Amino acid sequence: MLMISFPDITFEAGKYVDDLVSFLADNLEALFDFIFFVTSRSISGLTDFLMIIPWWLFIIIIFLLGWYFKSFFSGILYGIFIFLIGTFGLWEEMMITISIILTAVIICLIIGIPLGVAMAFNKWVSMILRPILDAMQTMPSFVYLIPAIFFFGLGNVSAIFATLIYSLPPVIRLTDLAIRGVDKEVVESAHSFGSSRWQTLTKVQLPQALPTIMAGVNQTTMMALAMVVIASMVGASGLGEQVLVSINRIDIALGFEAGISIVFLAIIIDRITNGIAEKVQRRGGNQ
Amino acid sequence: MTVQIQVKNVSKIFGSKPKSAIPLIKKGLSKEEILKKTNHTVGVYDATFDINKGEVFVIMGLSGSGKSTLIRCFNLLNKPTDGSILLDGQDITKCSRDELKKVRQEKIAMVFQHFGLFSHRTILANVEYGLEIRNVPKEKRREIAQQNIETVGLKGYEDKYPDELSGGMQQRVGLARALTNDPDILLMDEPFSALDPLIRREMQLELLDIQERLQKTIIFITHDVNEAFRIGDRVAVMKDGHVEQVGTPEEIIANPANEYISEFIKDIDRSKVFQASHIMTKPNALVSNKDGLNVAIKEMRENGISSVFVVDRSRRIQGIVTIDDAIQGIKEKKSLSDVIREDITIVNEEEYINDLIPKALESSFPLAVVNEDNKLVGYILRVHVLSGLTSDDVNESEEYVY
Ligand SMILES: Nc1ncnc2c1ncn2[C@@H]1O[C@H](COP(=O)(O)OP(=O)(O)OP(=O)(O)O)[C@@H](O)[C@H]1O
Ligand SMILES: [Mg+2]
Repeated sequence: MLMISFPDITFEAGKYVDDLVSFLADNLEALFDFIFFVTSRSISGLTDFLMIIPWWLFIIIIFLLGWYFKSFFSGILYGIFIFLIGTFGLWEEMMITISIILTAVIICLIIGIPLGVAMAFNKWVSMILRPILDAMQTMPSFVYLIPAIFFFGLGNVSAIFATLIYSLPPVIRLTDLAIRGVDKEVVESAHSFGSSRWQTLTKVQLPQALPTIMAGVNQTTMMALAMVVIASMVGASGLGEQVLVSINRIDIALGFEAGISIVFLAIIIDRITNGIAEKVQRRGGNQ
Repeated sequence: MTVQIQVKNVSKIFGSKPKSAIPLIKKGLSKEEILKKTNHTVGVYDATFDINKGEVFVIMGLSGSGKSTLIRCFNLLNKPTDGSILLDGQDITKCSRDELKKVRQEKIAMVFQHFGLFSHRTILANVEYGLEIRNVPKEKRREIAQQNIETVGLKGYEDKYPDELSGGMQQRVGLARALTNDPDILLMDEPFSALDPLIRREMQLELLDIQERLQKTIIFITHDVNEAFRIGDRVAVMKDGHVEQVGTPEEIIANPANEYISEFIKDIDRSKVFQASHIMTKPNALVSNKDGLNVAIKEMRENGISSVFVVDRSRRIQGIVTIDDAIQGIKEKKSLSDVIREDITIVNEEEYINDLIPKALESSFPLAVVNEDNKLVGYILRVHVLSGLTSDDVNESEEYVY
């Protein structure tokens, strides 16, 4: 007996997860409906809002943002990028993509920053969250699509859900890191004046941590953007959908235009959030 | 003199079970032995002393001797493992969280070695922080903060950020921020160590100046003996967590409690500890500006001296008359006011010998020592200045004849 093949033992871990997901989907239907409602409304509301803005005004806004946070020439370059996307006939798709990313990032911050703070303050929270965050980041992102469909069906909300899970970890991690990295003496000086914990957090620790948190926001935004194409597999509309369509039709022209549009958006968002982070940095702590 | 802080058998031990190490110290084990045996670090052991209201109390010792650990017990940034600390009779080690907050907000403020400023806030916003968290209305806290910014000489910098200021200025902000709370007690953990020597000296003088005006109780930490003796009304010397001696600088220099302290103060610059009042001689001959030259000559003859100080009715110094001038003056029928010399050097009784040396060398007459009301209280000769640096007994040496 050489024991070459694996013995006939089975542990169907996947099945339990499946059961759990079905259980959640069945029993927390109201909750998921609510989340669905709020999220889809905010995406469509945001898209509608962005679509109201005249195209030239939008380009000017992007130019001004680029100018303020980076430089005059960056501003012009970003303006041209947006103009080009328009000439590809992808204006509306771009707005939808921006809405999805913005919604995802905002939800990320709402969930991520408090969790990061909790991690920094409580070693139990930190011990529990750490492996979960690792798993969230290393698991192939396609895997999230399945439960997303289960909970929210096909569409933008599922896309947001999948995007969230993928892009949440950096905010949590960097918030945790940032809070713990605030100069000990600075925190002590806040205590020495008789600050309550809440006062210390909001008046000293969070502002001091802001530059690092902003770096997390930048990462999160970039990861959300990277999810755009994948998310379109569960029915997200926008630029990602165009890429998917072009693959199905083997339409090189559309593929290129949609692809380069995503690259343009990535550059603009990255540079602007980076610029914000740098502006904050000049005043913030940690250095 | 009222006692403001009573430190009673305070110990602070770091480690997983701090209390467990207390019996070991009581048995007399050393800091190293305890660290080896139990992996606990003794920060402070059995400190007992009082701090008086309005004094500058300096805690001095080498790095790692437990100075910071001890001072941090006073506002409970460290909770003592054992013992009690009474602030105006209230045992702060037994305070509830809310009571502690109140004590920190109202009674005691701290200045940190590396300033501990909030880099995201302007100078004004830094200084008003203590009032902001007490919900003092904006107008009012602005006004108080502004006053304190002026007190430390930073008017005009309100809207700057800490990183736009030099180290010395940043520590002024730290001081202003602490003063804004109007605490009874100021804790200062090596506040000037990060500053270069010149700025440091300037800050020491300014601190004493502020102390004079505001009459705070100041607890000041330093590892610099000269700084300690320069600014301390009383000094506590620490070693390995123990408080080895508490006393005035003069007491400690005159009677060091043990070898360690003698060694410690060996290279102290005495000229920076002793003041004019310690080495001056009380004048046994004086003439009034109403007196005639004959009286002056008689005074000098009787006391065997060659010059005599002239004072007015309230003992304020007017000048000096030499015996030669006086005799010459009588011959020429002049009055005292004609021959009085006014080019004498007047020093304050609180000036340090160090500062007197150049003055003594320049002056051709004895230095006249006055108190703060400008009254003559003594005189100092060159020899006095030099003997003050070497002799062990500096008080009231024998009368000099000159
Ligand atoms: N939080 C802590 N945890 C463990 N040990 C500590 C802690 N704080 C201080 N100690 C130890 O307590 C002892 C006294 O340290 P303390 O910082 O009070 O010294 P110090 O006199 O202020 O020295 P320095 O002049 O370097 O500031 C040292 O042996 C130090 O290692
Ligand atoms: Mg220290």
